[in-house]
Amino acid sequence: MAQLICKDLALGYDGEVIQDKLNFKVEQGDYLCIVGENGSGKSTLMKTILGLTKPMGGEVSFGDELTPKTIGYLPQQTLVQRDFPASVWEIVLSGCQGRGDKRFFYTGEDKALARTNMERMDIWGLKNRCYRELSGGQQQRVLLARALCATKKMLLLDEPVTGLDPKVASELYQVVSDLNRKDHISVIMISHDIQAAVQYAKHILHIGNRNFYGTRDEYVSSTLGKQFIRFEVGEEA
Amino acid sequence: MIEKLVYYFSFPYVRYAFIVGLLVAVCSALLGVTLVLKRYSFIGDGLSHVAFGGIAIAAVTGITNDMIVVLPVTIISAVLLLSAGTNAKIKGDAAVAMISVGALAIGYLLMNIFNVSGNISGDVCTTLFGSTSILTLQESEVWLCIILSVVIVLAFLIFYNRIFAVTFDENFARAVGTRVNFYNLMIAVLIAVIIVLAMNLVGSLLISALVIFPALSAMRIYKSFRSVTICSVVLSVICATLGLLIAILEGTPVGSTIVAVDIVAFFACCLIGRLTRQA
Repeated sequence: MAQLICKDLALGYDGEVIQDKLNFKVEQGDYLCIVGENGSGKSTLMKTILGLTKPMGGEVSFGDELTPKTIGYLPQQTLVQRDFPASVWEIVLSGCQGRGDKRFFYTGEDKALARTNMERMDIWGLKNRCYRELSGGQQQRVLLARALCATKKMLLLDEPVTGLDPKVASELYQVVSDLNRKDHISVIMISHDIQAAVQYAKHILHIGNRNFYGTRDEYVSSTLGKQFIRFEVGEEA
Repeated sequence: MIEKLVYYFSFPYVRYAFIVGLLVAVCSALLGVTLVLKRYSFIGDGLSHVAFGGIAIAAVTGITNDMIVVLPVTIISAVLLLSAGTNAKIKGDAAVAMISVGALAIGYLLMNIFNVSGNISGDVCTTLFGSTSILTLQESEVWLCIILSVVIVLAFLIFYNRIFAVTFDENFARAVGTRVNFYNLMIAVLIAVIIVLAMNLVGSLLISALVIFPALSAMRIYKSFRSVTICSVVLSVICATLGLLIAILEGTPVGSTIVAVDIVAFFACCLIGRLTRQA
């Protein structure tokens, strides 16, 4: 059953359309990577899925009891967070803020959920540590645990490995992949890392001057995919 | 010394100053943590200058209770500054600089043109740096201060988790459906109220110090949002108490004495922070 369907979606801001006629869907347990050049509208697409930006045309619809609010979102880190005095516990718990609309305090249930997700991410031992003193990989696990508090069904990750060294990055990919395979949580990942994208994803959405949506294998054998993979890998080498 | 204090405390205006001083210390420290972390410190500074402009207008038009003018003017400016920060025709910091310098200049100009009291430099100095004596507080002002402080503290406690969420990560908070704009607005309005409250005590130029110093000091030592907030309130109250006592006993200006104590506390906290990190 499709959790998310984007039909003839047009994206843009300030009245200017930057992408038109985007069609794709995400089934339960899917792993979709969104790739493409900078400025092609990846971030705008993400904001549109989360309901923070209105689509310029077309529609985003949800199934399987999913709503924009119950997507677990892992945003890019901001400057403010780098030296923010907050404990790991406080941050993970804040993932529960969307669960009770009219409640201002966390319940025992919220706290249990936060604990479960911290144990799942293997960071329960860091509970009282200060966020800014953690390594980059640990920080991402904290934010992932927070995202898991907000969702049971879908994670949306925005460039999660930016700034991580290759070993830590591949560990993080493994964690996400496990959540996808074992817990059947759908994953949408915006990524610059095309190699990891074709390694882990089930479907790939490429947006840019030309768009592509299909399975990983279709993408790898398509001309657009071949070009982009060669270009990106060549750039890194 | 004790006898001297007891003597001084027999005067109501000394007690008023103490009540107002401690309340302002608590409120400013509570919101200060959020303000510093959200990079809103400059808005606090800007607003204090706006409040100065408001006082000038009140003085010129002959309104005796200047809160009636200053409070709405400052709150409106807070709302304007915040929306200027988000939709950027004129960038946030430039907008703040414009409004604050503008308000300062117009305020001084008005006080000069419509010279009411005959002692302009004295009036201006009092407004900017707080009164040298603390005889100026009236009972009605004390009550207003108590009521507003209770409102601020209650608002902070009720919305504590939400305030943390929008301070740490606006994007995430927005994505899970928290009304980020509303909470930002609330924070700005609370700041405006605190600034107006603090004006009587330390004057408009020194308010930012009350807001920023305790938060920064607490951040040197503590590492979670809750402990930083609590520590900054405790620190702020201690500093205000010491400052007020020194000011009363030695006859120094209240505002600058409190700020001086805050500065000393900041360096002490830096030192403690460094020592505990090494240990």
